[in-house]
Amino acid sequence: MNDMSGMDANLSVRDDAKVAVKNLHFYYGGAKPSLKNINMTLRTNQVTAFIGPSGCGKSTLLRVLNRMYDLYPNQRAEGEVLLDGENILSPQQDLNLLRARIGMVFQKPTPFPMTIYDNIAFGLRLYENLRKSELDDRVEKALRGAALWEEVKDKLGASGLSLSGGQQQRLCIARTVAIKPEVILFDEPCSALDPISTAKVEELIDELSESYTIAIVTHNMQQAARVSDMTAFMYLGELVEFDETTKMFTAPAQQRTQDYITGRFG
Amino acid sequence: MTDHTVRAFDRELELLGRRIADMGGIAEKMLSESIEALMRLDVDGAKAIIATDIRLDILQREVEEEAVRIIARRQPVSIDLREIVGTMRISGDLERVGDLAKNIAKRTVALATDQRLPRAMIGLRHMGELAAIQLKDVLDAYGQRDVERADAVWRRDAEIDALEDSVFRDLLTFMMEDPRNISSCTHLLFCSKNVERAGDHATNIAETVHYIVTGETLPVDRPKSMFGRH
Repeated sequence: MNDMSGMDANLSVRDDAKVAVKNLHFYYGGAKPSLKNINMTLRTNQVTAFIGPSGCGKSTLLRVLNRMYDLYPNQRAEGEVLLDGENILSPQQDLNLLRARIGMVFQKPTPFPMTIYDNIAFGLRLYENLRKSELDDRVEKALRGAALWEEVKDKLGASGLSLSGGQQQRLCIARTVAIKPEVILFDEPCSALDPISTAKVEELIDELSESYTIAIVTHNMQQAARVSDMTAFMYLGELVEFDETTKMFTAPAQQRTQDYITGRFG
Repeated sequence: MTDHTVRAFDRELELLGRRIADMGGIAEKMLSESIEALMRLDVDGAKAIIATDIRLDILQREVEEEAVRIIARRQPVSIDLREIVGTMRISGDLERVGDLAKNIAKRTVALATDQRLPRAMIGLRHMGELAAIQLKDVLDAYGQRDVERADAVWRRDAEIDALEDSVFRDLLTFMMEDPRNISSCTHLLFCSKNVERAGDHATNIAETVHYIVTGETLPVDRPKSMFGRH
């Protein structure tokens, strides 16, 4: 894209970058890249939203950020993704450590088939050696952090699957928050939720952004407008425009961004 | 511009734009006819203008209601949002132009018995013509989303202000010459103020057109006339 060069200078290289993506290409196998030369940053304690039509690469980009693609043998990424300046795409990167630092919440709530308590404690036990009282404390903190504590404090022994969809999603967020990540990636976290649950998750994202750096992929453009500080519009594997959310939704610079967000696409 | 995937949205926006065009036509006519009626002290013409104003009020209400409905139902963003906010602003400006023209018409009725009208009438007519041209130009600029034309209207506002200054001085002199002129001249002072304000509304619309098209706002400071304001 022609206008990207100027944009890189303004937005991609910033001091408060928690995550910096540089010249990133991604291949699902084959020679055709699914992400083409992506340059952008996730700024510390800010919410960055990724929008774009299906297949534009926004979820792919999210999956590169914590190397989810490593689970599949033929997929590969070129370029750099710097977390606090260190390239997480390097082969030396410890993936377990990386995923503890960069947590992810998925489209469908995916609680483990165990108690509400253990859904949270499970991850904690993996990473840390805690006494029972410390563990209780961390579980409560995580559930409070995910705005779920009041609803489940009397039934921590119940199955995570017994909760409603919205509660399950907040349980998954609590599970992510429990291990104290630095970055949280949300992949369509509300697409299976009703409006009230959606509002609760959005409120939560807003609160979480005080302590975490957040990226969210969403099909719901109003959601991107509501929750994010920065918005990236992607199309056909390219980053078309990346700017302050307010600017993107009132006066975007690129015609394609405008056509997409106003519902004029194609 | 490409159409929306939801075509009903396009139709709603089109309707909104058409209402603004209707309002523009009425406001333009009211403004120039009110000046004309004032110059000829035409009471019947003035009364006709007074009766027209209600149509503008109704249209403005319709525009606002429709705009609110669209915002509630479509959650417009970007150019759509700017268009809709723009129609709300412009309809407000046009409605005010109608009020000002109506006020000139009312004063015309009051003035009609007076036989001693000052030479300031000439300056007033010129002001009225300028304001009418400004309004016409800015409505054309809106119709064509022509930002350069809108900016030109915005820059020209100072001319009307300068004329208002000279009309003001003329009327003041006339009043000092003979206190019996005070009553009619006061009406004319208000008429001149009304015309100047109508020009301001044309300038407001120019600012709105600029915003709709570019997404940017013009500077808060407007171009000033070379003469100080009274």
